[in-house]
Amino acid sequence: MKRMEAISEVAAAAEKALIVCNIGFPSRELYAAADRPENFYMLGSMGLASSIGLGLALVRPERKVIVLDGDGSVLMNLGALATIAHNALENYLLIILDNCCYGSTGSQPTCTSQRTDLALVARAAGVQQVGTVTTPEGLIDALSGHGVVVARVDPGNADVPLIDITPEHIIDRFMRSFLPFGPFKIQV
Amino acid sequence: MSDINPSFAVYSGLKSSGIDFVASVPCINLQYLLKLIDADPEIVHVPVTREEEGVGLCAGAWMGGKRPALLMQNSGLGNSINALASLDFLYGIPLLMIISHRGCEGELIVGQMPMGRLTPMLLDSMEIPRFSPSPVEAEASVARAWGVAATKKKPVAMLLDLQFWKGA
Repeated sequence: MKRMEAISEVAAAAEKALIVCNIGFPSRELYAAADRPENFYMLGSMGLASSIGLGLALVRPERKVIVLDGDGSVLMNLGALATIAHNALENYLLIILDNCCYGSTGSQPTCTSQRTDLALVARAAGVQQVGTVTTPEGLIDALSGHGVVVARVDPGNADVPLIDITPEHIIDRFMRSFLPFGPFKIQV
Repeated sequence: MSDINPSFAVYSGLKSSGIDFVASVPCINLQYLLKLIDADPEIVHVPVTREEEGVGLCAGAWMGGKRPALLMQNSGLGNSINALASLDFLYGIPLLMIISHRGCEGELIVGQMPMGRLTPMLLDSMEIPRFSPSPVEAEASVARAWGVAATKKKPVAMLLDLQFWKGA
């Protein structure tokens, strides 16, 4: 399946789940496919989508948190898989959209194009629920679970524009979508 | 030497700031503070594998309504710089960093020296406010630092050297 298709399917089935999305084309594809206040588009800090989502899921146990990450980004922050395993949250699902390459920088191959299997890595890190899916149907089925799902997708990016809302707007409306008093009232 | 326990003074500052989420990578100088935090049911404490991961967790926790702090050695600042800039600065996310500053006066480990010397300059060049109180001043200083982080919506650093942890 194409990554844009996988992202569109997840967004359509997400209901009120909070989605934290990886830097680069994945966020652009999500923005084009299904922009919603419950989406956090990570515009920098490559590697940290899984960790941002975990922090959020830890303190908002009543909300499902879905992270859309990539193989290159997970490889950059592999320790996060151990932290995810250690905390074993039932409201946290990390979807690794694995296209075996750095899709936003010219499709240079990652280690998953050869011998590295991120599902096995997640299992070895201690994550109890780990799956691998190759179809949109398989991905939708996996959304009701938690843990880690590796979704195999084709290389290549959809022809989608840059995200044209500001970081301040992204985070403000994201927090207002689930915090009772919005982002500013409770902080100081 | 004062009678103030430096770890307890920092902990008191965290409590008076309302810090309720802590991510940490340990340092020998943070061991008692980490025990105090672990024993506190009002603080969610998440040990992480690398400091940059902690910046991510703290950002997510803040978005979820918590007041986050990251405990680490100054070596971890180097591991975190891109995230501090392209996550916390970009979105306006507050973070209180409690940093054990190694590689300064009294240091016995030669490997700590280069990063120890560079740490204050790195913080200054990133425009991250830094606070280095004595133990007597620490509780109020931590609270002031969090106030700066929350109002300016940026990371701030408590930079606490070997003399501080000895209670000087």
